[in-house]
Amino acid sequence: MALLELKKLVKDFGGLRAVNDVSFHVEKGEIFGLIGPNGSGKTTIFNCINNFFPITAGDVLFKGASIKGLKTHQICHLGIGRTFQVVKPLARMTVLDNVTASAFCRVNTIKEAQTEAHRILDFCNLLKSKDRPAKSLPIAGRKRLEIARALATRPELLLLDETAAGLNPSELDEAINLIRKIRESGITILIVEHIMKVIMTISDRIHAINFGQTIAQGTPKEVANNRAVIEAYLGEEYAQG
Amino acid sequence: MKSKHLALIVVGIAALVFPLVVPSDYYRHLVIIALMWVVIGSAWNLLAGYTGQVSFGHAIFFGVGAYTAGILVTKLQISAWYGMILGGVVAMAVALFVGWVCFRLRGPYFALATLAGGEIIRLVATNWESLTEGMVGILIIQSFRSKVPYYYIALATAAICIYVIHLIMKSKWGYYFVSIREDQDAAESLGISTTLYKNISLLVSAFFTGTAGAFYMNYMAFIDPHVVFSLHYISIMAILVGIVGGVATMMGPAVGAFIMVGVQETFRSALFGLVPKWVSQGHALVFGLIVIFVILFMANGVVGDWAKIKKHVFRMKA
Repeated sequence: MALLELKKLVKDFGGLRAVNDVSFHVEKGEIFGLIGPNGSGKTTIFNCINNFFPITAGDVLFKGASIKGLKTHQICHLGIGRTFQVVKPLARMTVLDNVTASAFCRVNTIKEAQTEAHRILDFCNLLKSKDRPAKSLPIAGRKRLEIARALATRPELLLLDETAAGLNPSELDEAINLIRKIRESGITILIVEHIMKVIMTISDRIHAINFGQTIAQGTPKEVANNRAVIEAYLGEEYAQG
Repeated sequence: MKSKHLALIVVGIAALVFPLVVPSDYYRHLVIIALMWVVIGSAWNLLAGYTGQVSFGHAIFFGVGAYTAGILVTKLQISAWYGMILGGVVAMAVALFVGWVCFRLRGPYFALATLAGGEIIRLVATNWESLTEGMVGILIIQSFRSKVPYYYIALATAAICIYVIHLIMKSKWGYYFVSIREDQDAAESLGISTTLYKNISLLVSAFFTGTAGAFYMNYMAFIDPHVVFSLHYISIMAILVGIVGGVATMMGPAVGAFIMVGVQETFRSALFGLVPKWVSQGHALVFGLIVIFVILFMANGVVGDWAKIKKHVFRMKA
């Protein structure tokens, strides 16, 4: 049984079909990449999975059971954590408080929550900034904080939305290492990413979409050589050559 | 940390001995009213300052608490003091409805909805004469002739209110409230039921505001809808107490309450009789000027910007 399964997912915004009949499944333990040009519907799919947007048609199954119509916070409690492409730090709280607030998802006392938060900040290499207000972190730190916060909710499946965007090359390597470390700790990852260096090196399988529709799926190598994918990214001419 | 504790002890002792060393009923009265505002301001601050849900309708809960206490006497012939608990409970019941309606809206729309709610309930209280006596108001007999018992009751209520809010802010609820204020979508995705926790914050806030209302009934012995459901004297005053003292600070509303009651009294009495009476008509104008000043120069209020104030005052001296 797949950990997460999308069945013929459709999402309309008024007359615009942002996601059209997308189906895929994510197996436990893998890193599953979701790629596509700007505006192809990747983030919309994330927003449908954790019900920021109600889905128009189709179904989302988590561990075999439908999560369609559940509230966003309930989906988090089931074990799906997410980060935001446009980071949403709890700006005036400290880094530690950001993660502590998330840790309350699984524990009830402040002592347990803070212990958990310290452990996760250490894991994400943020411990030295723990007393800074979240808004004072540079972008790489904010991206890490997004991940740390999502991890504090103890997810089985982590949705990463462009966590590498805006990072410099050395920060990119750190991000790749962090994502690998998360997978090693037993968390399944569904990742949206534009930076090919990241997505191609860490993904086990990749699903490519364009204009809300599936255009390819397979190993990174297969997808990179797929005609439709090259066409979507580089235009028809390159695909023919 | 140590000096903070020391300051708290000093303030505590001063508060305990105040009515024993100050024989003037006039000053006792002012401090009693200020203590009542400490309760309302702190309660407002929990919802607006910490949870980020700015209410323009706290008169709803204050008035409901006051009327609950009053109606206990007029309809059931039992002591209005039971209203100190019951008033809070009834205010919570009303808050459930207010939350159900108003929390569908966010930000300024929520604020406007609470403002409308306050006006609606004032009109209901004015017209539902069989229950509230309408504009005739409710008059009860005071329990004590001396101000001293009222002083200690108000002091205890204020202390309990601040302590409970302090405990809440150190717990899971507190973390959740602030998370909701900072980013509602992020909070929701971190497993926080924003609707549930906004309502919890509102209920606690309503309870203490209702208790303050019941105290007002007991202390003033007279209420009518235009006083206790007043937009100007209650809802806006609650906001001023919070803003001037410092939103989202534990002691801010306490400081704000004393400042605002002082300002209000200064104008009501026309600078203690030093200026012509018509000047006192200008108190609404001065309230407005104070708000503008605070927002421009110390957006975090007296307590929130204390470090800044100290620095500037120090510079002036040097």
